[in-house]
Amino acid sequence: MKSNFPFSKNQDPKDESKVFVPSRRDFLKLGSLVTGGFLLGVNFQCAGPKGETITFAPNVYIILDSDNQVTLVAHRSEMGTGIRTSLPMIMADELGADWSKIKIIQAEADQKFGDQNTDGSYSVRMFYEPMRMAGATVRHMLTQAAAKKWSIEASECHTENGQVVSSSGKTIDFGDLVADLQTMEMPKPEEVKLKEKSSYKLIGTDVAIYDAKDIATGKAVFGADVDLPGMKVAVVQRSPVVGGKALSYDDSTALQIPGVLQTVKIEGQGVPAGLDKPLEGVAVVADNTWAAMQGQKALKIKWDLGPNQSYQSLQQIQEMLQSVKSNGKVRRERGNFSSASGSASKVLDRTYVVPFYAHATMEPPVAIADWKEGFCEVWAPTQHPQWARTAVATALGMPEEQVKVNVTLLGGGFGRKSKPDYVVEAALVSKAVQAPVRVQWTREDDIHHDFYHAQSVQRIRVALDGQQNVSGWNHHTVFPSIGATSNPDELHPSDGELGLGCIDFPFEVPNIRIETHESKAHTRIGWLRSVSNIHHSFAINCMLDEVAEAKGMDPVDMLIGMLGEDRDLDFQSEIKGDFGNYGEPLDKFPWNTGRLKSVIQRVAQESNWKAGIASGKAMGFAVQKSFLTYVACVVEVAKDGNGALQVPVVHYAVDCGVPVNTDRIRSQFEGGAQFALSLALTGINFENGQVKENNFDGYSVIRMPQSPKNIHVHILDSQEKPTGVGEPPVPPFIPALCNAVYKLTGNRIYELPLKV
Amino acid sequence: MEDFSLSINGKSIQVNVPSDMPLLWVLRDVLAMKGTKYGCGQGLCGSCTVLLDGNPIRTCAFPVGEVKGAKIVTIEGISEAGDHPVQKAWVEHVVPQCGYCQSGQIMSAVALLDRNPNPSDQDIESAMSGNICRCGTYNRIKEAIQTASKNL
Ligand code: FES
Ligand code: FES
Repeated sequence: MKSNFPFSKNQDPKDESKVFVPSRRDFLKLGSLVTGGFLLGVNFQCAGPKGETITFAPNVYIILDSDNQVTLVAHRSEMGTGIRTSLPMIMADELGADWSKIKIIQAEADQKFGDQNTDGSYSVRMFYEPMRMAGATVRHMLTQAAAKKWSIEASECHTENGQVVSSSGKTIDFGDLVADLQTMEMPKPEEVKLKEKSSYKLIGTDVAIYDAKDIATGKAVFGADVDLPGMKVAVVQRSPVVGGKALSYDDSTALQIPGVLQTVKIEGQGVPAGLDKPLEGVAVVADNTWAAMQGQKALKIKWDLGPNQSYQSLQQIQEMLQSVKSNGKVRRERGNFSSASGSASKVLDRTYVVPFYAHATMEPPVAIADWKEGFCEVWAPTQHPQWARTAVATALGMPEEQVKVNVTLLGGGFGRKSKPDYVVEAALVSKAVQAPVRVQWTREDDIHHDFYHAQSVQRIRVALDGQQNVSGWNHHTVFPSIGATSNPDELHPSDGELGLGCIDFPFEVPNIRIETHESKAHTRIGWLRSVSNIHHSFAINCMLDEVAEAKGMDPVDMLIGMLGEDRDLDFQSEIKGDFGNYGEPLDKFPWNTGRLKSVIQRVAQESNWKAGIASGKAMGFAVQKSFLTYVACVVEVAKDGNGALQVPVVHYAVDCGVPVNTDRIRSQFEGGAQFALSLALTGINFENGQVKENNFDGYSVIRMPQSPKNIHVHILDSQEKPTGVGEPPVPPFIPALCNAVYKLTGNRIYELPLKV
Repeated sequence: MEDFSLSINGKSIQVNVPSDMPLLWVLRDVLAMKGTKYGCGQGLCGSCTVLLDGNPIRTCAFPVGEVKGAKIVTIEGISEAGDHPVQKAWVEHVVPQCGYCQSGQIMSAVALLDRNPNPSDQDIESAMSGNICRCGTYNRIKEAIQTASKNL
């Protein structure tokens, strides 16, 4: 009964033969990789013997065939954001395809698709235009081909529901034009006209995700669901402390477990651990998962735990609390904070502490590799297929061309599955045992060996002058940098990390100083859904709420006032490093105070902020632009009969530019609120270099009874360039929650996890 | 290793496995039924939920030796065509985000509606509290269960 189907021939065995996309060589000949990876001018012929399906793939993302099937290639990874639906639907809308008949296939790792790193909430931002262009180019060709057939002008033709339609009402299926398309020249980009927004049928609407039914029937294929003939399963015991080395090990008990076949040592690189290298460990290879898990427990490993074995995370917090009391490295300066505070009528001085977080993706890391002499094929739930390919090739000492990375659905990502360490493990173990292997992480492995969101300490001082105006803002931030995972000399937060919700403090305050302090990384630090925005937004928004209270003002009114005129901000002259703007030039994606005000006003209006609230409940407010998306949030809290915190209502207002798939925008915010509430209530702690928490009992994730209830997502009807929504829901939720808790209980929250 | 005769989705299936092997791994590794997912291995998350004589159980912590002739129903077995009212409601409300937890969520929902066809919000919350969704689809799950309860 064991299923043997290889994943790459998923469901329809015809898929493979139909999918013919231009080879890499064709692209290199053309030579110009346009931003985003869309390539025009690629044309080729693949007409088979008579009667065979003819395929036309004018670019790497769209395949038409004479059976009238439109196949769209999803080249970015689906981890729950809906991107596997949202990018294809942009193409389908420009193309005029029949969405209900579209087939979507997942791309393997290949440079020809352009950027595949599904991270940083930039899939839609980067690919909105290229996807439109891809669809519009094929539409252009289809109308040309039909017009020629009908001896009319192409301008008299348009596409609709998978057909070309003439102004006199003639119709022809796309599939019937495929043979004609093959003989045509690709149009020049300037000949291709994009649709007006008003004629979109899919963009800006609720489009259900492509995989909904497969998921609801258990048929969707996630990483661990890939099954290969003769595949073994490996579970790895990794060094409990990052940088540890196995001096020796005894696998005799493990090998006695029925089903356990052998053990394989995996070499780690010690310290620094790196972002794409496995940790040192011993893999127990078995013929089933259960045996491998038991084998892992039965291993006796003698460790040299290395330099991090005396690391205590709470002690490091104490050190960080000390360091923020002194002067740090100045990263942004406007005016002179010291003189502002010297002449202030009042100075608020507050310190904020946020713990480490683990991603705890519902699907723990897992990867399958099938190594053969000269070729290694991998199946993995990876956010970054191209990095996985490079990392595997490097680890095996093979050229990249000999490594194929297939991408499955991801059971959650949140940044964890960008890092290819677990994929490399599978490749190494497969090579060692000369058989296909699935490396399966247990939940404990996942909680113990993550790339954690860094713990942080922040101190903010605010000077109020004699008129109660905010005259000075001094923000100290300290946390181990992601960069330190590869380079231990990186002791300060990087420019990039400060760009995540700290350095771009947008309010009109005459004197601003932002400072950082040194701290070391004693574990692997990585990025987790919204990254440094999590702690920065918490501290800044909690402080601003306190400032409003000190001024006797409503925080919403205060912030609108402090944003000043509607205008584009430029921080560069005050910043000591680079202002990253999430990788986008400011002229293309300006930092606009008017857009921030609009989301503040909208959320205040929708939540009836000004009207107040019944006793026993309270509302809190916060605003945070992140990943170029503007978000304001109101959280309502109450206590249930047992004194437990409840979140009955949440309002979000979001300006993410032109909304693409409104249903998935809402779902990201609904889920983002839940994700953020989990962060507010839990944390990871290290003792003697080892993570104390083991599973969902110690590292809790909220469950349905605690979950925020009515989450209203108000999407602004924006004409601006679209920006992402995967991460932006998280940052403002936590401070809005804490500000609400203060109003309910009278206790200001300076430290997470939140204790109510 | 022992022989076990299991009733899964109405079919009788023989397996030869250690009696302490959790039912989850019998389903996934031995029988290649991949719809039931591994999330924690400790009965904490609900990803591995199936029905045992109609009751939701966490297969990751349920040794195959304890099944003892009880009838097992998995996500693959609740409908022939994927059209169980719960499945239809899941698609209608576009519940899934990543989707990994959803087999378990659906099985808990099916078990709830089997014994309580008109659950209150509170009934739903307590019946579903063993199922974690890291993506945070809880509100749509609740709405989908309410829709399904009308279409049973
Ligand atoms: S895997 Fe069984 S409850 Fe989590
Ligand atoms: S949908 Fe991703 S964990 Fe539930």
